[in-house]
Amino acid sequence: MTDAPVLLSLQNITKRFGALTANDGISLDLHRGEILALLGENGAGKTTLMNILFGHYVQDEGDVRVLGDGGLTALPPGSPGAALKAGIGMVHQHFTLAENLSGLANIRLGTEPLLSFGREGAARAKVQKIIAESGLDVDLDRRVADLTVGEKQRIEILKALYRDAKVLILDEPTAVLTPQEADGLFVVLRRLAANGLGVIFISHKLGEVLAVSHRILVLRGGKKAGELVTADADRRAIADLMVGKAVAAVVRTPASPGDVLLALENVSLHGASGRSLSGVDLKLRAGEVVGLAGVSGNGQSGIAGLISGLAVPTSGTMRLYGETVTRADPRALVANGVARMPEDRQHDGVVGTMSVADNIAIEEVRSAAFSKMGFLDRKAMRERATAAIAGYDVRCQGPDAEARLLSGGNVQKLILARVLERGPRVILANQPTRGLDVGAQAEVHRRILAARDRGAAVLVISEDLDELFALADRFVVVHAGELHDAGPSEGLDRGTIGLMMAGQSHARAEMAS
Amino acid sequence: MDVLFDILGSANFWAAAIRIATPLIFGVLGALICERAGVLNLGIEGIFVAGAMTGWLAVYLGAGLWGGVLIAAFAGALFGLLHAFLTVILGLSQHVSGIGITLLATSVSYFTYRTALPDVSSPPRIAAFQPVSIPGLSDLPFIGPALFQQTPLTFLALVFVALVALVLYRTPLGLAIRAVGDNPASVEAQGLSVVGLRVGAVVVGSALMALGGAFLTMSAFDAFFFGMVNGRGWICIALVVFASWQPGKALLGALLFGAFDAFQIRLQAQIGQVVPGQVFLMMPYLLSIVALILVARRADYPRALLQPWTKGQRH
Repeated sequence: MTDAPVLLSLQNITKRFGALTANDGISLDLHRGEILALLGENGAGKTTLMNILFGHYVQDEGDVRVLGDGGLTALPPGSPGAALKAGIGMVHQHFTLAENLSGLANIRLGTEPLLSFGREGAARAKVQKIIAESGLDVDLDRRVADLTVGEKQRIEILKALYRDAKVLILDEPTAVLTPQEADGLFVVLRRLAANGLGVIFISHKLGEVLAVSHRILVLRGGKKAGELVTADADRRAIADLMVGKAVAAVVRTPASPGDVLLALENVSLHGASGRSLSGVDLKLRAGEVVGLAGVSGNGQSGIAGLISGLAVPTSGTMRLYGETVTRADPRALVANGVARMPEDRQHDGVVGTMSVADNIAIEEVRSAAFSKMGFLDRKAMRERATAAIAGYDVRCQGPDAEARLLSGGNVQKLILARVLERGPRVILANQPTRGLDVGAQAEVHRRILAARDRGAAVLVISEDLDELFALADRFVVVHAGELHDAGPSEGLDRGTIGLMMAGQSHARAEMAS
Repeated sequence: MDVLFDILGSANFWAAAIRIATPLIFGVLGALICERAGVLNLGIEGIFVAGAMTGWLAVYLGAGLWGGVLIAAFAGALFGLLHAFLTVILGLSQHVSGIGITLLATSVSYFTYRTALPDVSSPPRIAAFQPVSIPGLSDLPFIGPALFQQTPLTFLALVFVALVALVLYRTPLGLAIRAVGDNPASVEAQGLSVVGLRVGAVVVGSALMALGGAFLTMSAFDAFFFGMVNGRGWICIALVVFASWQPGKALLGALLFGAFDAFQIRLQAQIGQVVPGQVFLMMPYLLSIVALILVARRADYPRALLQPWTKGQRH
């Protein structure tokens, strides 16, 4: 591998944001035909490094050098245009596609003289040739808005290849894919590398990095923590490199399920696509964690909406403690012991411009705990907030700090403190650890399992299968608004869940036979 | 019923409908270009006034008619540049800036008019555009007088409909404009300038709006009056939604409105003794609200409309 010429070389890249050093003297070489994984926790500096490489940020020190006609030459900092020209293509975590245009139009965008009639025919021929060589099959003429997430990602990769990229950077590319789609992507990447492309694959998922890369660069706290060849790599060793310290794994003891606390019986919900449900049956029992798997946008938000009290079934019945819920009434649900951890915690979980104390009390301002004769009891709110900050390790300036100043992990701890201190009987945890680092993740998992052991019924909705396997006693899978029971987590494997996520609801039965 | 058929059956009615639609065609095309790029331009009403005043004044002071048209477009472009500076480069509220532009452009126009002509009591007249006859076409029965005996600016408006559609749907520039109004990040990631595209679209769109105003003083009438724009700019903002941001439908919307207006004028003459005149004046606006209710519920807004873009920021 190291015989191949170096396509791209980063030398001593340093980037500071105020007091924080996001990248600290990082160097790396990428060779022709190589897949290099950039592995690290959230906040390790992966995305910053790639944004420097692509010219979105300007580094404080160091050089980006790219192989050109005259050997390795330094790129002018802070110019995406120069990076594109030098043959660097980037697939961002959040796609940069115009959804009102076709896939082909997105690929052509910016590649032809503005005041001309364009070269659609030539462009189509070139893209089709690339598709044939790479296996990136996708309908070029459909509006991007109508494509699946996986197809949009293929358009993004095609965009880079169409510009004759020599280096392709993918930022967390599997976050939005089913396991099968991810495998398909890996096949494509290997093929592209075999054809001479250099690929940088950014991820925090160890398993997929081991599966796809030739070489691994581990970042931790903005520094290079290690560099190794994948074939010789040891999983445990890489994990320790990534985290820096051994994080005690959260241990899930066998559950002892009790009564059904919340039930959906043949529930249908009509709403925007991605929210609709049809004929859903779901039982949440005391002392049990149910894991809901599925590709995002298949009805998770519908189920979350029902349990949050934001929607009532269009048909069918939702029962809480045996009683039918007929009105969308979030406050009544909260008063009856339902705890909600919303998917978009910054947006739906806290009011950013209000203080930590206000956000702790916000769901119960009418209760006697936080009000006296109809007025807010500021003292009680501050006391609860102070206790929550200490008990849940919420890192902030104090009870009066604005919630928007907290990091994602600390916002989640604040929400945990808010909902768990009430001793809820039903808990909805929607993407409970998305974007959190390993330490915060373990803390959230420990709290959720402790609530289960205390007798709460828990529904965990997550796109991270590892998380579901760590928490769930039982699995359900949602696909196209239909919910399928996958049974107890013991004896289930990722492949089965993946097939069910892709709509093959009989996958489990087949595995069993 | 007979009244209805009498009106609809006269070539004169259709000629009037197209004439009334002409300023709206310019205005709605201009607003459409701005909004396709993601910028709402509520300066339109004031830019109409500025176009009407500058075009007329230029001719009054001795410029040729087409010179006046160019000057009007230039005045519109200047106000567009101001709006673009405030909303695209500084990222300020498009609503607030737009309304500010309308107030500013209107006041500056009135001020300039008063300063240039301090002593006149009745508005002075210019030799305005006259209808041109197109040999052959103008002599066709019914269609001839209805369609082909218009002033040059009307034909120019129709040419612009085709031109805007051509650029928007058939050129890489149009692709980029449509993309920047949907997701600026898509344009940025492909190495094009979000700011350049948006500023350009607002400037060109505003120049077109000013032509709508110029039509009023240089073609429909031959003088400049205060208050003569009379909400036409606002109607264009509504018509863009009605047209789903498509030039063809924009033409249709403007013609429909023109037809309603021409119709109410004639109906007023026929049965004006029974129904108060204000009811007729209200009719086109009422009908455009009804049309909007029917159409706008499914409106497919440019996704990035009203959203300022900051380079390097995550979206």
